[in-house]
Amino acid sequence: MSERHVSAAVTITSDLGDARRVQDEIEEALQSNGYGERDIFSIRLALEEALVNAIKHGNQMDPNKKVTIDYVVNPELFQIRIEDEGPGFDPNDVPDPTDPENLDRPCGRGVFLIRNFMTSVEYHGRGNILIMSKVRNGTLEESE
Amino acid sequence: MSQTRQRLIVEDIGDIAVVNFVDKKILDEQNIQMIGDDLFRLVDELGRRKILLNFANVQYMSSAALGKLIRLHQRLHSIGGKLVLCGISKDLYDVFVITKLDKMLTIVKDDKIGLNSF
Repeated sequence: MSERHVSAAVTITSDLGDARRVQDEIEEALQSNGYGERDIFSIRLALEEALVNAIKHGNQMDPNKKVTIDYVVNPELFQIRIEDEGPGFDPNDVPDPTDPENLDRPCGRGVFLIRNFMTSVEYHGRGNILIMSKVRNGTLEESE
Repeated sequence: MSQTRQRLIVEDIGDIAVVNFVDKKILDEQNIQMIGDDLFRLVDELGRRKILLNFANVQYMSSAALGKLIRLHQRLHSIGGKLVLCGISKDLYDVFVITKLDKMLTIVKDDKIGLNSF
């Protein structure tokens, strides 16, 4: 399997199916750059949460609003920028879902999972731009 | 025969409903909603009180799916039932540990132990 740097810019509408197709493309790029199963699991999970947040909470599923995605995959690092057209939010206002009083709440774990599974996570703009990255840790332990 | 796609395989072992997931990825919002509806139907319409969810086939799960599990746990708890989770992969188990849901939900290694956890 040859390593290849992938850099892409994609704009999608507020459609979760389109978001999943982008995730599939990224997963393919991660695999071709030798990322291990554990890294791919972490990135896939963070991507799902981030894109659902952008489409559902940011763009409120409005089909006229777009999500702009720029990502880079190389053998050392995965980095992505996701911008929605929503009102944004203050990530510091999101309650800690692991507080005993919040533990049984069925919502509010997306941002927390992103922070835990990625190496770096930053919100910009009015909270409608997310830049996150993951340094490749894993090896090709599961392949070939 | 139902025309809708099967998402769960349910097997009754004694009074325990053992539920296996068909999908490897429980991510899609609509899919999660339907899985949630199917699980709640087991409790509210079919009267099951002991449910063992086997995740052996599941690779990915989003926070929306975690929300459904919490609601199912709460529902069963409120009527004197019990929810047990088993067969969770190492990566997926980390999600439960990080969110501290491993403290709230009963999680065991496999279905054999799960059947003895009620």
